[in-house]
Amino acid sequence: MFEHYLSLFVKAVFVENMALAFFLGMCTFLAVSKKISSAIGLGIAVIVVLTITVPVNNLILNYLLKAGALSWTGLEGAENIDLSFLGLLSYIGVIAAIVQILEMFLDKFVPALYNALGVFLPLITVNCAIMGASLFMVQRDYSFGESVVYGAGAGAGWALAIMALAGIREKLKYSDVPASLQGLGITFITAGLMSLGFMSFSGIQL
Amino acid sequence: MATDSVKDVVLSPVFKNNPIALQVLGICSALAVTNSMNVSLVMGLAVIAVTAFSNLFVSLIRSHIPSSIRIIVQMTIIASLVIVVDQVLRAYAYEMSKQLSVFVGLIITNCIVMGRAEAYAMQNGPVMSFLDGVGNGLGYAVILLVVGFFRELLGSGSVFGFTVLTPVQNGGWYVPNGLMLLPPSAFFVIGLFIWVLRSFNPDQIEKTEYRIVANSKAKIKETANV
Repeated sequence: MFEHYLSLFVKAVFVENMALAFFLGMCTFLAVSKKISSAIGLGIAVIVVLTITVPVNNLILNYLLKAGALSWTGLEGAENIDLSFLGLLSYIGVIAAIVQILEMFLDKFVPALYNALGVFLPLITVNCAIMGASLFMVQRDYSFGESVVYGAGAGAGWALAIMALAGIREKLKYSDVPASLQGLGITFITAGLMSLGFMSFSGIQL
Repeated sequence: MATDSVKDVVLSPVFKNNPIALQVLGICSALAVTNSMNVSLVMGLAVIAVTAFSNLFVSLIRSHIPSSIRIIVQMTIIASLVIVVDQVLRAYAYEMSKQLSVFVGLIITNCIVMGRAEAYAMQNGPVMSFLDGVGNGLGYAVILLVVGFFRELLGSGSVFGFTVLTPVQNGGWYVPNGLMLLPPSAFFVIGLFIWVLRSFNPDQIEKTEYRIVANSKAKIKETANV
């Protein structure tokens, strides 16, 4: 059992890296990777939010939306209700709500972390990596336990990728890049090379 | 900006102000779905539809939305539209919707849709907003198609599924470049695309933080002596 979760985690971090294999969360991935310090802040925020939202969305799917999921209410005909078409709307709502709650919670109880994360928390609502992980969870039909591990792993993988890119970009700004490739262009090519590197993990058998 | 001409509103996001190349919005899905042109075309159409209609609806009710909850309202509108698109694709193009997998759902978090609703539709009339949505969607679709064209042509020697360069396996001469079908090539193609685009529009070039000073031997000697 433990091995199954471990392999799921490793797979989510390296083989199916959110940023470099599925291109999720690219907007923030490219915009906030200029400095290592801010990359770390955003990376941690993504790990936290993913570890919470994926399992919560898993519960919503299994107890509210799936075909026959409402049968626990004991209402007549509840087992025939299929609300799965409402999925997208509920997931994004859940994500937005959780990010908001997390922000208020941190502000009240862990102000140090709140100040460190600062502007990154609200940014996360529109981060495709968060939504993407929930959608992958639905598609692959993870159980509750699996979804916790998958959320943490996907977040860790994304954080790893953005920290690595930020490290490269900090060095890169001292190098002589052709004028029209400056900034965005060279960042794309760097990310491409990193993605090429991460592809070598795909041969790993777990 | 009611004085904007229709042509400007529709065409400027395609060439001059391209949402992907210049504003770096919505590249998440731009990269993932471009390994064949069919998929990029469907994705492009889906984004055009969602952007245009979300702009239209947001603009219609813009004076009734309290500003404190406008993000939620916009998101609900966008999410509902994406659900419609998703259901239509599943009903009429099931194979395609399987290939697009989660990326249809991710149109919700595509920054172009949200960005246009917030930046344009909240201030402008419904008709212009609709056209602005079409324009930005088109700009997005054009990039998807360009990237998809190169990736499919070089990766499998075909365009829209029709063979153009006959691959070696079928007795032709073209050795398909498998790398083009893999994720990293999408980064390269977009990077090169931006390079080309900015070479023609030098005013889009980003400023460097550090300038490399030309070597001066005399100075180095001086410091060495000290």
